[in-house]
Amino acid sequence: MKHIVIIGGGIAGIETASALTDAGHWVTVIEKDTRVGGKLNNWSYLFPDFTPAEKIAESLLEKCREKDFSILPDTEVKAIIRNQDKFNIHTSGNQNLEADAIVLATGYELFDARRKEEYGYKIYDQVVTSADLEQLLRPGESLTVAAGKNPKRIAFVHCVGSRDEKTGNHYCSKVCCITGVKQAIELKKRLPEAEIFCFYMDLRMYGKHFEELYREAQEKYDIQFIRGRLSEASEKIDKSLLIKAEDTLSGRPLKMNVDLLVLLVGMEAGKGTASAAFSCGVNCEESGFLKSMDSLLRSNISQQEGIFLAGSCTAPMSLNDTLLHARSAAIEVNNYLKKSIK
Amino acid sequence: MKKEGKIQVWQDYQKEIASDHYFYVRSCIRQNFFPGSEQTFLKILREELNRDIYENPHHTTCSGIGYHSDVVPFDTIQTIVARQFALMTEAGYKNLAVSCITSFGIYNEIIETWKEFPAELEKVRSLLKKATGREFEVPENVAHASDIIYKFKEDIAGKKKFSLINQLTGKPLKIVEHIGCHYSKMFPCKGVGGAEFPHVLVGMIESWGGEVIDYPERRHCCGFGFRQYLVMSNRGYSLSNSRKKFESMEPYKPDAILCNCPGCPMFLDRWQYVIEEMEGKTYGENGHGIPVVTYEELAGLVLGYNPWDMGMQMHQTNVEPLLDKLGITYDPKLKYARKDGKMIGSPMMVGCGC
Repeated sequence: MKHIVIIGGGIAGIETASALTDAGHWVTVIEKDTRVGGKLNNWSYLFPDFTPAEKIAESLLEKCREKDFSILPDTEVKAIIRNQDKFNIHTSGNQNLEADAIVLATGYELFDARRKEEYGYKIYDQVVTSADLEQLLRPGESLTVAAGKNPKRIAFVHCVGSRDEKTGNHYCSKVCCITGVKQAIELKKRLPEAEIFCFYMDLRMYGKHFEELYREAQEKYDIQFIRGRLSEASEKIDKSLLIKAEDTLSGRPLKMNVDLLVLLVGMEAGKGTASAAFSCGVNCEESGFLKSMDSLLRSNISQQEGIFLAGSCTAPMSLNDTLLHARSAAIEVNNYLKKSIK
Repeated sequence: MKKEGKIQVWQDYQKEIASDHYFYVRSCIRQNFFPGSEQTFLKILREELNRDIYENPHHTTCSGIGYHSDVVPFDTIQTIVARQFALMTEAGYKNLAVSCITSFGIYNEIIETWKEFPAELEKVRSLLKKATGREFEVPENVAHASDIIYKFKEDIAGKKKFSLINQLTGKPLKIVEHIGCHYSKMFPCKGVGGAEFPHVLVGMIESWGGEVIDYPERRHCCGFGFRQYLVMSNRGYSLSNSRKKFESMEPYKPDAILCNCPGCPMFLDRWQYVIEEMEGKTYGENGHGIPVVTYEELAGLVLGYNPWDMGMQMHQTNVEPLLDKLGITYDPKLKYARKDGKMIGSPMMVGCGC
């Protein structure tokens, strides 16, 4: 039986592990946190149909329980040494694993919104990220802002840390547009009296039902979409925020008071991916995400033989895309191991 | 508002500021607007802090205003800057201390250009040599004069005669700070605290006992923008920019406005007088304006210097409300007196808030 070590126990890691176990392989997942599921554990509801994130997380856990693969929680990879056709993997728990193939599924990190200093994240109480808002949207959580009231006017800023030369992130994080639409609708459902504005550069509704949700946000929920990027946010004496932007469709500068500002933060490759890339000798793109052999036919195959890539460690991805990418990674690993048996 | 968030930003933007042996380059315009500020800076450094600071009377304008107005070509301004550096080199100094924010931006822009394009540096060396026979070294350290006061703010606090406390209420004075655009908006890493939440003036205010006001239009231009005031027909833009700031800061009832640029205090000071003349509107308490001070003047007041010796009678928005709150005693009759007691003449039109 061939042994595959998967680094990362998020959505991609668990889905790949499940598929490879089904194919008859022995699989071990190394996860740095106590729980598997990665960023999914921090999300409340998922686009485009508001599925509770817990439901997907539970189905992943069920796979962990039902399928016969091992998980090493609270464990990090210290070193990977290639030994002919095998890999020796040394972990922070002083374990030495021998593997026939490795799958990197180290995921992404959220952009640190403090780097966009002009928006005042972690300085102004009324500025939150999309990830913070997910926590606030959980049942029972209060949406009260610093002034001690429910927000009456809310603004979303798209592309925070994405498509932004100033932060060095030229790429699109893909999921923020639809996340903004989803969260705006959720807020409108919770706060029907609130006015909600989304400041965007382009709205990229590429996925199934995304465009329909965007239309619904405008027609049914009266959410206003303004094409323009925020230049700054400042706190007013009444603890509301003054935001400045340019409405590029009307060609006019715009100032607005809001009670809550939501920054739709993008994805970054993160330290875990950089560290995994260094350990394995896998190259990174300019963006920091892992480089595959090519982006069309071999997007799961790294430049190191026997090392495969799954999920958002290669590029920003939605949950759907991550699951598909993970399954295709499992197929590539299976094919590779079959060839090596011959 | 979370102070910890600001502290994190401040920690991200700390810069190296030389501790002694400065070559000082003055501003073209400050000596007209706020004639005692630069002299106060030299006095503080030499007499209070025992530092070596040298200036050469042969240094000239950096020509920054001409450059930003598109009348001085880049090659010309580079050569002018190179000549300033030559004077510094000839005097044996390596640390440049710059009075003007425009010049500070110019020096940084040109030094960064030379780092990115070394051929430009060689060209300028050649141009300067041909024109003047001089040679130069690039400064090892470039600091704005406000950086230097910031560096020594605790030393000044240790010698202070007055704290930034309202003697009438016992509460910290509420001060609005305004940095010049070219201090850190061009190169955030060149300014203490960066561009969005600069710390250079905040640090002085807090060290000397005051409280900083963060108001919505804090980042907005003071109204000095070169094209707004150089072209007379555009001066309404300058005035409206300043007015926008006054309207925004008014609800916080600031006791003073602190600046580190030659232009900002000039316009924030003058336009208050103009707005009062035009609309009868004043932004301070009891019909007064909001006094506008330079960081040297504020340091001088804290150290107990005579406000009239620092040229504060030249302000168009009267500074007396601030002096009263600080508990500084002054003789109003001597406001327009020379050192020898003779009167220099009081202005035909009185300042804002009189």
